[in-house]
Formats: sequence, structure tokens, C-alpha cells
Amino acid sequence: MSGHDFLRRMPESGAGFSRRDRFAQRFHIDYMLLFLLLAISGAGMVVLYSASGNSIETMHKQGIFFLIAYGAMFVMAQVPVDFMRRAAPWLYSLGVVFLALVLVMGIGAKGAQRWLGVGSIRFQPSEIMKLAMPLAVAAFLSRQVLPPRLLHIVLTLLLIAVPTALIIKQPDLGTAILVLVSGMVVLFYAGLQWWYIAAVVAAFGASLYPVWHFMLHDYQQKRILMLLNPESDPLGAGWNIIQSKTAIGSGGLHGKGWLEGTQSRLDFLPEGHTDFIIAVMSEEFGLIGVVLLITAYILVIARSMHIALNAQETFGRLLAASIATTFFVYVFVNMGMVAGMLPVVGVPLPFVSQGGTAIVVLMAGFGILMAIATEQKRIMSSQK
Amino acid sequence: MFENQQFKDHLKEAEVFKVRLGVMIGLMLMLFGVLIYRYYDLQIVNYLNYVTQSEHNRVHVEPIPPTRGLIYDTNGEILADNRPSYTLSIIVNKNTDLEVTLALLKTLVDITPADLEKFYKLKKQQIHPLEPIPLHYQLTEDEIARLAVNEYRLDGVQVDAELVRDYPYGELFAHTVGYVSRINETELAQFTEEQLRRYSGTYAIGKIGIESRYESDLLGEVGSQNVETNARGRVQRVLTRIDPKQGKNVTLNLDLKLQQQVVNALAGRRGSAVALNVKTGGVLAAVSNPGFDPNLFVTGISFNDYKALNESTETPLINRFIQGQFPSGSTIKPMLALAGLHLGFTDVNRTISDPGYFMLPGSTHMYRDWTLSKQGGGHGSVNLKRAIAESCDTYFYELAWRMGVDNIHPFGAHFGLGARTGIDIPNERAGIWPSRDWKRIKTKLPWYPGDNVNIGIGQGFVLLTPLQLAVMVSTIASRGDRFRPQLVKAVDGVVKAPIIDDHIDIKKEHWDAVFEGMQEVVHGARGTGKAFGVGADYLIAGKTGTAQVVGIAQGEKYNASGLNAVHRDHVLFIGFAPVDNPQIAVAVILENDDHKTGHAGLVARAIFDAYLRGIYRAEGEAINAVPTNNAAPGKLQKAISDPEADGAYESDTYDDSAYLQDDVKVPVEDSVRSNE
Repeated sequence: MSGHDFLRRMPESGAGFSRRDRFAQRFHIDYMLLFLLLAISGAGMVVLYSASGNSIETMHKQGIFFLIAYGAMFVMAQVPVDFMRRAAPWLYSLGVVFLALVLVMGIGAKGAQRWLGVGSIRFQPSEIMKLAMPLAVAAFLSRQVLPPRLLHIVLTLLLIAVPTALIIKQPDLGTAILVLVSGMVVLFYAGLQWWYIAAVVAAFGASLYPVWHFMLHDYQQKRILMLLNPESDPLGAGWNIIQSKTAIGSGGLHGKGWLEGTQSRLDFLPEGHTDFIIAVMSEEFGLIGVVLLITAYILVIARSMHIALNAQETFGRLLAASIATTFFVYVFVNMGMVAGMLPVVGVPLPFVSQGGTAIVVLMAGFGILMAIATEQKRIMSSQK
Repeated sequence: MFENQQFKDHLKEAEVFKVRLGVMIGLMLMLFGVLIYRYYDLQIVNYLNYVTQSEHNRVHVEPIPPTRGLIYDTNGEILADNRPSYTLSIIVNKNTDLEVTLALLKTLVDITPADLEKFYKLKKQQIHPLEPIPLHYQLTEDEIARLAVNEYRLDGVQVDAELVRDYPYGELFAHTVGYVSRINETELAQFTEEQLRRYSGTYAIGKIGIESRYESDLLGEVGSQNVETNARGRVQRVLTRIDPKQGKNVTLNLDLKLQQQVVNALAGRRGSAVALNVKTGGVLAAVSNPGFDPNLFVTGISFNDYKALNESTETPLINRFIQGQFPSGSTIKPMLALAGLHLGFTDVNRTISDPGYFMLPGSTHMYRDWTLSKQGGGHGSVNLKRAIAESCDTYFYELAWRMGVDNIHPFGAHFGLGARTGIDIPNERAGIWPSRDWKRIKTKLPWYPGDNVNIGIGQGFVLLTPLQLAVMVSTIASRGDRFRPQLVKAVDGVVKAPIIDDHIDIKKEHWDAVFEGMQEVVHGARGTGKAFGVGADYLIAGKTGTAQVVGIAQGEKYNASGLNAVHRDHVLFIGFAPVDNPQIAVAVILENDDHKTGHAGLVARAIFDAYLRGIYRAEGEAINAVPTNNAAPGKLQKAISDPEADGAYESDTYDDSAYLQDDVKVPVEDSVRSNE
């Protein structure tokens, strides 16, 4: 740390040194974030119980994942931010190697090859990349003079492109988008010139055609086409969207009530406990439930943005903002796709959808946020 | 790290970051706004559409088919039953890989290519996407067990129990009870709205016989239930339910044991027999031989089975006693005798001298008596009773000629000739009871005197169904009451009243004379049917007949062995018993039998014995009191062939396949016209 960093701020009042805050400082916990996350995961469990058809087994599994996730968050919160920065290149490199290995010797299902198996343990390297990418890009850019020069921009894009391409190859469009976004937003927050942004948007528009024809798999093309006209194949590709829209719409303002959603409980809604769980929630808790959930997400993002704003230095700032923005993308893409606004890509609804690794990785991300949030206080307290 | 540090402007970086964060927060808020608007649009603006769609997904109205009414014989024996049958169906939805499922099913169940063909056809016609499509009917216990074990691998496959018709006596009642079969496309297309409602959930409909005529009674009233189903079409719970009403039970006049007796007596020979209750018109027994197994049709007959039945030269699908139309032969004589007496053309004592033939005045054409070829002459001096007993053709040639068709036709109509009897099963044919008008319309020719002569022996244009013969003899037995023949005795315990379609008042002595003549047929020393009354402790009145299939030219002899089987004569018998208080009237015809086997009269005797005396005989078992026959029907031949040789050979040419055609061919023979 350079000398003037921690001198810039002084504790605002004596209240900051209450017993509670001392505990929070010691263990680097951001109470507000923790409270919001607990609220969302609690609500998520309630919805999942209904969506899984009152499955105690699912509750049990999800509960264990939440324990692991909060554990991961706690552990990450203890890691010094500077250590993260130094470890970032190594984590990133490891992630890329694993992603390459997936393509060579991965285990797959449903036409995709996403897992690496070591003995009986299976894991998804792309999940590592969800954290490694913002870490690496933030670490790289925070070392440069900002706004970044063209050379650094090119290097950053390369840094982003390699793992993204590897994940698309698997293929796993949802994760690829999340990884891409988590890297790109760092560049944006680092002050990427508007002129470049405009150029990229234009280039993106121009690249639609080749991407459509050469990079997207048949089932991905089908998903996009189906989105434009789901009724064209009501029993096939369009079934999911028609049923999820029906579930959402039939919920109305108040919803049908917990455990009373007919669309999900009678199996009309496919994937109701995973990617499409918001449809179950919409059906049973209505627009009120949806708005409450969105509000909770907004608060999480707002708190995260606040942490980013108050971060002690560029690396933490960029990293925090990237994690917060990626979290937003999760929420928006998932809720948008279930409501028939966006193509169906495999993005779960954070802390509500069933699924272990996504929750653990997301929660680890919030652990990083907490580490950034409490860094200043840590320095302050160490001074005492 | 440090070398870069000195160039960094941390304050400026923080400022840039703040701006960027502000822009991003603005973007996020906008996108959240879009998201909330989208959910608002779905959940509030279009709420009604989606809630309707969701209900439509969830709730289905399911018909509950009623249980079809049972059919009993007169003693309460079940002739048409319902038994559970297990049907394998597949619900084809997006989760099903049909080919994989079918491949797996083939290893568990015996699925034929015909099953698959039908399945794909039904799949194309499917209306509701989650409707189960039947693949295979009548699963065996083993197959059900195998499917149950593999259920976890068979998503969308279901086994449904439904009640299907069962005919425990097989072909015994094929032509009376009839059968049900799957509702076919033609029937479905002709259904009214109301019928579509009544048959929702019901797959079978009566096709022939009682099953067809009493369809609306037997069917019952469909019930329904509102059920909640899941996406795979499985019922989760019943919301509301209206119970179906079972169809009405139908009790027949038919008697199982008597029916069996008739089949035994016919001993597999082609022909038919009808027994009527003289007092009510109730059909006690009605057999058309050969029959067929109606159970074949219930869940859909296979192509090969149907082809075999349909193309058989024995025509088992023809209901001979209402659709077979035959010349009556001499069985018409008692009725003509009554006509002659009643209308004053003859009396009991009037005699004629029979030279063995009859000739119209001014003609050389000989209408031969059957005795001419057999005995080289005629019956000699013959009165009415003897004419009946010995079946004197000349007597009735002359009588019919003198009466003329204008007298004969209306008189015969009183006995039900030439009109459908109105029996309560469909597809009955009316036969032909010729009249002057009928001939003019049909052939554009006038009525010739020779036509009258032919009617005298039930040939010429005369074509009657065995049931009409039975009604005729029953009307004689009841002394003028023509009851409508009815198979059904009661519907759901409500007994059907006998229906008298016609009555003719004739003097008692006229009836008595004909009764005596008919009794002489069976019990007289020279009766043509004297073999049939032997050993009976009751009196039988009867009349034998031989219906000619092909004509024989003038001066030629009829030689049965030289003819094709289908051109041989039909052997007929009508009768009733006991004479003093007639209970049962019978008509029997053995087609193209030509006296080669036991006579039709023996079949009638077996029926009388069974009905009046409770004597039942196994197939081939001879009537005890007939001396020369021991066991097999083949042996009966000798004993019978001699006494009864009722030849009435005019040079008519009748194609007996005519009864299989809709429009009866009316031949016009040169020989008859030349007599004009």
C-alpha cells in the first residue's frame, strides 16, 4: 500500500468502533450485504421448495450448498485484497488451462462438454473463470495508467477473448456471456474511451451475421429463432417459453399462493426449479413478489456499488464494480429470458435457482466484495 | 508496480470511475424498469389471457363411458357380457422419444405391424396433444406385468382398463345378438352433436343384430368428470364428477338350450332354422349356419380374418333367416289350401284326378307332378287333405290357376308374405310375393296364366325368407293371428307386449281341414314327412318342401348328382306342434342339400322335442324312434331320401345366389310364355 491511501480517510464517528463493528472488522463482514443475501437465499429456499414439488431432498442439498457458499464468502472476505491482485494472474492461467483441458478430455451431457473429472470429483472450470476473469482484468488494468492506452486495451481484450472463446466452444453460451461481461465491464469502469465503445458496438452489429452462421450451434440458433416466434413450435422449442409466460401471467398481482402454482406443480413448466424458477415465483407470489425480489436485488447491487465507490484503490474499485455488474446481468438475463424478452441461455437466477456451483461462486464473489469493503477498516483497526 | 504508480492520477481515476458507475447505474435502472414493465404487462395487462390458458392447461373434462347393458336369454343366461380389457396407449408429447419408446415396447409386448399402422393413423387424427393414442389392445397378464416392471423407462406409456364386449357362446348367437365393434370413421362422420356427446369415451357401437337395433337402450348415459391433469396428461385429482348410467339390460325370447339344440340338429349344414312362439311371436330360436365368432369383431377384426369370412363361399356373414330369399317350394301349399277354401275355389271334399301333370287349356306344356318321374304317374283321385299330405302338385297347379294372382296375392299378404316381418334386428329383406303390378314394374311384362300355376308350388317368382315361412306357419297355427316376430322379451325388466300385425277370420272347418292335412304329412301313412313324427307322443302338423334352384327342360329328369352343389335343391320344412294346442312354429331350410342328408323335418322334430318335451340331443344323435338311423347324420340319408321326394319341376331357372344381391333377378322363361 502506498502511504497516502489510508490517510485519506478518517473514521467518521466513534459509533464506527462499537462492539458489533469491531466483530465485523475482525471478520470483514458487511452486515448490510449479508442481511440482503440471507433474505434472498431464504426467499429462494421457499420458492424452491414449491418448485421442486415439496422435495425435502432438494431443500437438503440446496441448504448444504448455501452453507458451503456462505463458508466460501467468509473465507474470501478474509483474503487481503492485495493478495488477490497478486494471485489473479495465476488463477486466471489455471482457469485457461482447465478450460483447454475441458475441450480435450471433458465430460459432457446434452451435446455440451463442460466438466472436468478428477477421480470422483467433477467441476466446471468455467465457474472458476467467472471470478478469475474480473480479478485478472482488474489486476492488469489497475497497474496501467487509466484511461487505458490502445495497447493495453488490445491486451485486455485478448485476456477476455481467450477464455470466452473456450467456453463458447464447450458450448455454454450463458456462462460465456457472464464471463465476457465480467471482463468487459472492468474495461468500461477503467475508463475505456467512449469512442472505442461506440466502435465496439458498431463492430458487434457488423459481426452478427458471421456469428450467427459460423459460431452458434443449431440449438442456439433455434433458441433465438424460437424467441422471435415461440408459437411456431408450441410442442417443441416454444413449449418452455409459452408455459413460462403462462405461469408468470396467470400469477397476476397477488399470485396463486405458495404451493398453489398449477403450471409448475403439474409439470407444465419445464426446468421450474432451475433456470425457470422465476416463473414459479411469479405464478405463486404474483407481481408483488417479483417486485419485492427485484427490489432486494437492486439493494444488493446498490450496496455493492457503494462498496466499489468507497474502495481504497483502483483494483478493488474495478473488481467490486465488475462483480456487482455481473450480478445484475445474471438477474436481468434470467428474468428477461423467462419472460420471453431474451433468448433462452443457461443463466440461473442468483440464490433462487437450484444449483450448487453457481451459488458458491456468486457468494465467493460477495466475499471478495466484503474484503474490499472492509479493507479500509482493517487498515484503520490495524493502526490502533 | 511502482513504476506505473508514479504516472497514475488516482483522483482522476476515481472521478472517471464515478462517472462510469453513474452511467452504469442509470443503464441498470432503465433495464430494471423494462423488466418490471414486462412482468407488469404479463401479470396485470394480459392476466386474463394467461389465467385462462393456465386453466385450460390444468383442467380437462373427461367423459366416463357407461357400462353397456347386458343381453340375456329367456332364462337369464348371459349372452353378451362385459369383460375388462387392457389397452396400451402412448401419450406423445415433447418429452417422448417415440422411436425409442416403440422399440422398447416391441421387446415387451407383441406389437404387430397392423397395430403400428393403426397407431400412426390415429396419431395423425389426434386433436388434443396430450390425448393417449391406443397402440395395442387386449394385453395379456404377462404383458401387463412386464410393462409395470419397466414403467420407469416408459414415460408417457399407459395401460388403461376398459370394458369390452364378450360373447361367451361365440357363433351361437352371432346372427341374433350380433356384435359391437369400434366406431368407424363413416359412423363418426354421420354422428350428430348429441351422438358425439353420448359416445365420448365409448369406442364400441352395435353393428348388427340386437346390439345394433337396441343400441340406444344398451349404450347407457355417459358421465363426466373435471380432472386436473399434469403436463403428461396424467390425472392428478378429480374436481367434479357426474356418474354414468349403465345401459339397459335386454332379455331375449331366445332360449340358450333350444338354440344349441338347433345348432346340433343342423350339424354344420348350410341353412337356417327359426322357431316362433305361436302365442306371442317371440323368437325362441334362430340360427343361420354357418355362423362366425362375433368376438373377432369386438376390438377390431384383423384384415385376414375378415377377408376369410367375407370371401367364404359359405357366406357366414349373411344372416340367412332374414336375408336369405328362397322359393318356398311346397311349403306354401297349406296357405294356398286355406285360400282356396276361404275364397270358395275348392272345398274339403272336392277331388281331382291327377294324371301326374297339369296342362293349361290349349297348351301342350306339362306342369309335372313330382310323382311323374318317381312313380311314373300321378296321385290318382286326390282331395284337399290328401293333396297336402302327399304334396300333390297337380291339385295346387290347378287351384292356383283357377284362383289367379289377384286372389292369391292379397290372401298371402295376410300371412306376411312379401313384406318385412318387422323382426327387431336390422337388415331384414322382404322377399318377393308376386303380384300383377309387381311383375309389370319389375319386368315390363304382363301376368301370364302360367305364372299363377307356378305360385301353386311356391316356385316361379316366389321368394321368401325362412323367417317369413316361420311367420306364415305360425299364423296358420294360431288360426289367423299374425304376430310380429320379436327377439326381445324385455328391456330392463319391462316386458314387451306381443304385437299382432294382422288377423284373418277363416271358418273353423277350413282351419281344421288344413290342420288335418298338415298332421297327415307327419303322421299319415302316405305323408311326405311321415319319418319325422315317429315316436312322438304329441301331434305335429307340418309341410315338406323342395325348392328348385335350376330349371329342367321339358322331358328331362332331375339328376342331383349331375349338378353343381350350388344348383342342387333346397330342402324345406315348416310345421307346428302340438296340433291340438299349437305352441311352437318352426321353419327350417337346408340349402342345396337335395335330400342328401337328414331332412329339414328332422331338425324341426328336434326343436319340437326340445321345446315341448325337454329332450335335448347332442350333434349327430339320431331321433330314437326313427328305426334305420343310428348316429351320424350321413346315415340318416337312407331312411329319409325315399319317402320325401317332393319334386315340383317346372322349367324355371332360378339363380339362388339372387338372394345375395340387392335386386332380385327376375327370369322370364320361354316355356311359360309359350303357354299363353
